[in-house]
Amino acid sequence: MAATAIEIGASPASNETGYRSFEIGGFSFARDEYFAYITWTAKGQKLSHTMSADAFLRAVMRAVAWGFFYGWINFDAVFGTQQLYGRVKFFAGRYNPSYRDQGLDYEEIFETPLAMETFRTLLRDWTNDGYDPFASPDETGTGWIGKKNGDNNEAVDREREVCRRMPGLPGDAPLRTDDNRRPGHRAFPAAPPDQPEVYPEPGFADEVHAHNLFGYLSRSDVTWNPSVSSVVKQSLFCPTTEEYILPIKHGNDRMEWFVQLSDQIDWEIEDKETGRPRAKVIMKAGDVAIMPADIRHQGFSKKRSMLLVWENGNPELPAMYERGELPVNLSGEF
Amino acid sequence: MAMTEFRTVFGSLKDYTKGEIEIINDDRKNYAFSNMFEVAATSAPYERVVVGKNVEYVLEAIRAEGTSDWYTAAHDEFALVMDGTVELDLVKLDDPHSIAPPDKEGAVKLDGEPVGRKMGRIRMWRGHQALLPTGAAYRFRAPDPDAVGVILMQTILGDESVEKWSEICYT
Ligand SMILES: [Fe+2]
Repeated sequence: MAATAIEIGASPASNETGYRSFEIGGFSFARDEYFAYITWTAKGQKLSHTMSADAFLRAVMRAVAWGFFYGWINFDAVFGTQQLYGRVKFFAGRYNPSYRDQGLDYEEIFETPLAMETFRTLLRDWTNDGYDPFASPDETGTGWIGKKNGDNNEAVDREREVCRRMPGLPGDAPLRTDDNRRPGHRAFPAAPPDQPEVYPEPGFADEVHAHNLFGYLSRSDVTWNPSVSSVVKQSLFCPTTEEYILPIKHGNDRMEWFVQLSDQIDWEIEDKETGRPRAKVIMKAGDVAIMPADIRHQGFSKKRSMLLVWENGNPELPAMYERGELPVNLSGEF
Repeated sequence: MAMTEFRTVFGSLKDYTKGEIEIINDDRKNYAFSNMFEVAATSAPYERVVVGKNVEYVLEAIRAEGTSDWYTAAHDEFALVMDGTVELDLVKLDDPHSIAPPDKEGAVKLDGEPVGRKMGRIRMWRGHQALLPTGAAYRFRAPDPDAVGVILMQTILGDESVEKWSEICYT
């Protein structure tokens, strides 16, 4: 083992199911043919939470691909992670009043590399051949069910595509093309692969640049996984294609904006702390709306749609919100 | 498994449907919910209407009709065409800091024509996004007098940004 390898807590493969179990701090994770089991101890009592292995793996896939993202990744109403930028908190029941009020919630902070290596190893072990936790259910079927059956490391190791300025510029992220094995998705027959007509004067070919963003999105092979496709200082365009249900409930640690580029997504909005329903936001093509800093949200997209997630990546923001220096929404402006 | 035939719905000035907010225990204003086509339908040509704001960063919806003034900025900006066909002219300014000093935020309108070398031009339509690089002057043209375009800008709040939240958002 290389000197830099991170030691994680993992059991040998189960004789019965073939899957390994994992431990990090006071949390343990196990799976069988149908379910993932998360256990912890609170008030001297052992507690367990059961999720569909499919739902659990879809959530772990996003946590890994997004590097724990901004704010909170609620796997469901009980378990999730909180981004602490360099470290990450795992929690159970912390944002669920039924557990919280009884003192049965539990949370523990880990160094991000340990948490990441634990989840990455779990994801590789628990993902069977032919199952892709990034794909829509229509595309990936029921390969997640049953005893351990091969793996799909090519799918779960896919990395988030992040540009420095804009894809296609010299030295920046590549465009998606047939040649680099990124064909257009069947859900977007109306997004033609044409490119803008660019006529640079001599000497300016590296600066006069445009590309077909909708075409770029139509070539996304994953769902609910924002790329970074244009950057103005800390202003990040993070477009993504969405189908079926966002596998997590994202809790914001800052104001986040959505621009619906095509089709429709329905967003269920809940209170970030308690999970109590607040609103349903129905977004259609051309709509622009805030996801406020005090909510969690989950999207439902019947038809694979194009969503522009717009983020302010300023690392100072969470502390500014905690100090009450920034409003959670813009209602004070009108 | 049979799925309905795929039909992608994009919005346009002529054909858009604004979504809605169903309130359970909340206030519509908390979402600053607008539709960029509805905004552009009632904007003056090339008015830069703020439809998204996150501290200093903004999204501006622009009605592209006729030819715009020239603009520049001390940082990159990006233009995403959401409807119509738009042409973009770019000029490398000889002295960009005299118009937009290095710490100036947002787009700055030029007085008259830019002084510098022509960088080139771009013809783009729905879904196409262009870089408006730091230190370049740019202007938009909607070449077809009958077709008005819509542009979504990624930029920083500046002197040209127009905020009229109560006119564009659900209240
Ligand atoms: Fe989110």
